[in-house]
Amino acid sequence: MNMNDLFTSVRSLFTPTYDWIPTSKNTNTTTDDTFSLRFSGKLLLQSEIPLEPSTFTHLVSINYLTPVIAIEKTPWGHRCRRCGVHKKRMLAFMPCAKCGKTHLYCRNCIEMGRITSCEPLYYWTGPLPSWTKQVKACQWQGELSRYQQTASEQIVTTMKRGNDELLVWAVCGAGKTEMLFDGIGKSIEEGKRVCLATPRTDVVREILPRFRSAFPDTDISGLYGGSEDKDGTGQLVISTTHQLFRFAHAFDIVIIDEIDAFPFHSDPSLIFAANRAAKPDAARIYLTATPRQKQRQRVESKKLNAVFVPVRFHGHPLPVPTLQMDFQLKSSLKKYNPPKTFFTWYKNRSNPKRQLLIFVPTIKLAEEMVETLSFSLNLTENNPIYHVHASDSNREERVQQFRDKEFSILITTTILERGVTFPSVDVVVIDAGHSVFDEAALVQIAGRAGRSPNDPTGEVIFFHEGKTNAIVQAVKSINLMNKRGGKL
Amino acid sequence: MYCLWCDQEVIPQLSWTNLLLPERTRNICESCENGFLLLNGKHCLKCSRLSDETICSDCVKWENDPTWQGVLSFNQSVYSYNPMLRDVVTKWKYRGDYLLRDIFQYTFKDVFDDRFVKWEKEAIIVPIPLSEERMLERGFNQAESLAQLLKLPYQKPLSRVHGEKQSKKTRKERIDSKNPFEIKVQVSHPVILIDDIYTTGMTLRHAAKLLKNQGCPEVFAFTLARG
Repeated sequence: MNMNDLFTSVRSLFTPTYDWIPTSKNTNTTTDDTFSLRFSGKLLLQSEIPLEPSTFTHLVSINYLTPVIAIEKTPWGHRCRRCGVHKKRMLAFMPCAKCGKTHLYCRNCIEMGRITSCEPLYYWTGPLPSWTKQVKACQWQGELSRYQQTASEQIVTTMKRGNDELLVWAVCGAGKTEMLFDGIGKSIEEGKRVCLATPRTDVVREILPRFRSAFPDTDISGLYGGSEDKDGTGQLVISTTHQLFRFAHAFDIVIIDEIDAFPFHSDPSLIFAANRAAKPDAARIYLTATPRQKQRQRVESKKLNAVFVPVRFHGHPLPVPTLQMDFQLKSSLKKYNPPKTFFTWYKNRSNPKRQLLIFVPTIKLAEEMVETLSFSLNLTENNPIYHVHASDSNREERVQQFRDKEFSILITTTILERGVTFPSVDVVVIDAGHSVFDEAALVQIAGRAGRSPNDPTGEVIFFHEGKTNAIVQAVKSINLMNKRGGKL
Repeated sequence: MYCLWCDQEVIPQLSWTNLLLPERTRNICESCENGFLLLNGKHCLKCSRLSDETICSDCVKWENDPTWQGVLSFNQSVYSYNPMLRDVVTKWKYRGDYLLRDIFQYTFKDVFDDRFVKWEKEAIIVPIPLSEERMLERGFNQAESLAQLLKLPYQKPLSRVHGEKQSKKTRKERIDSKNPFEIKVQVSHPVILIDDIYTTGMTLRHAAKLLKNQGCPEVFAFTLARG
């Protein structure tokens, strides 16, 4: 055995496997049974299957629902099969009145219903649903740019081949959604089941109507926390990565948008769930503008195919951030004031008609700066400033109002760093050296400017108190992408 | 050690005191612990509720009612049922995160030892039971698991008939409700009832009344939180 094999075999002991998921024995029979629509590809507790007890026992007795052990034993401990957690502190013991023993339960995914050692998960092994045959699934009429076309073709080949991965490295505003249409359309025509997952609820809400109009005859489900659709029975499922906790071996195509975004890149259980939701021979497409180190290394070592889209769909280069040093930044921020240099810049903006999107590092600062800024800019009540952050109940509404140009300055935390499009804005980052603004965040923030073909430039300005690695790397990577776009 | 509630790592601060006298290991971080409100201010002597009067209006009402007069000698609670405690109890009891009980591990025992030092020797500890159906649904009885924290022997002379959840009822519905308990064994010692939350005190009084009717001399209550 050479070194490489040794490493692989040791590694395999640490990586989760999915061979415990039972395979459907009735693949050939297709019925219009509603049960198969509702339950195929799902991994559920009995309490999550809303059926009469008699129907339920019948489905189990004819092997349409197969029980699997919910917490598996690994060489190093245990693992929850729903969320993949294996940390000791997340799998605790409890005395159980049902079975009379003391056994493990999972603390990590307990909000979705408790997983215990004594209760199985059920997986659908009955007939698989058959989708309505379509000759032309995608009705989208637009045109792709040269780079988009290349990426789209690669996506089509990867989806067709299956059992492969592809990283689409496309700059902010490259038109990622449109590049997917062709591939998704062809897969749907072949009767495949497709999942488009993203870490962010806002993104699901934004792209869902676009897919509904591009695929008018396809059964599409939109799943996110608080969505009306809870079952996810569609042939095309557009969902947040959190909603994949109830899927297993369900999709022929899994597309993960914004693969580097919080919380997906930092939460192993989301990655576990996304991998489990894909069939073993599925095609996996990852979309990102700012790949993390891990993915870049895999691309560089040729372990992951990648396609670049270095130019925005309107063909203009990315706006490069201007850096503005301000020595009094921290003392201004203590009084919740923007730095003095901000006002100098504000008075001399190249296009004062643009709306202004201001990013600040903390929620507190976002809230307080609304007042100090309206005061210093002498704004009247007809010209208000608003702020949004993650725990804001009317976030959607505010963002929509800003998009409709009902007000001109929006102060936000990193919550709006990606996935949202405003046609004509200048972007300001205050205290860009703060640790919440990592390289990916800064590149994404800069990517909010110049999204529209009518106003493709937009200013991006970072106020800081000393350059951090993240700032330098972000500027470097934007320049690199522009260069690549120019050269190709 | 990681905080049981927020999963942040708890790093103990080293000082001369804990270098020489090692502390108990903390299983909750300081900022989460500060979210709980210990009931050590001015409170009602009967039910532990924070109040400027020595006997609060609720307890006056109970004591003026001839049916319930003197049934429960007093209730001692450890915490106020504030939003933080409510969140913890919800996850612990309804979601079933059994381990969260350990957050209260030391405080629960300390307050008990403090308050019941007079009765500890002769009194019997009795956790409020769950109905069989509820027990199967939850997997554990939260009152019993609290009683185990006291590291003292306890008995289970009561059983409970299945009914609507207390937390789903209004005050009036609770007070008009039928006694849900049945007694299996007679108790002739004083009893300290253990439960998780004292809201109106109805559940505890139902249990206390039944015990007293069957020859128990005095009944106290010890609960985690005063609602």
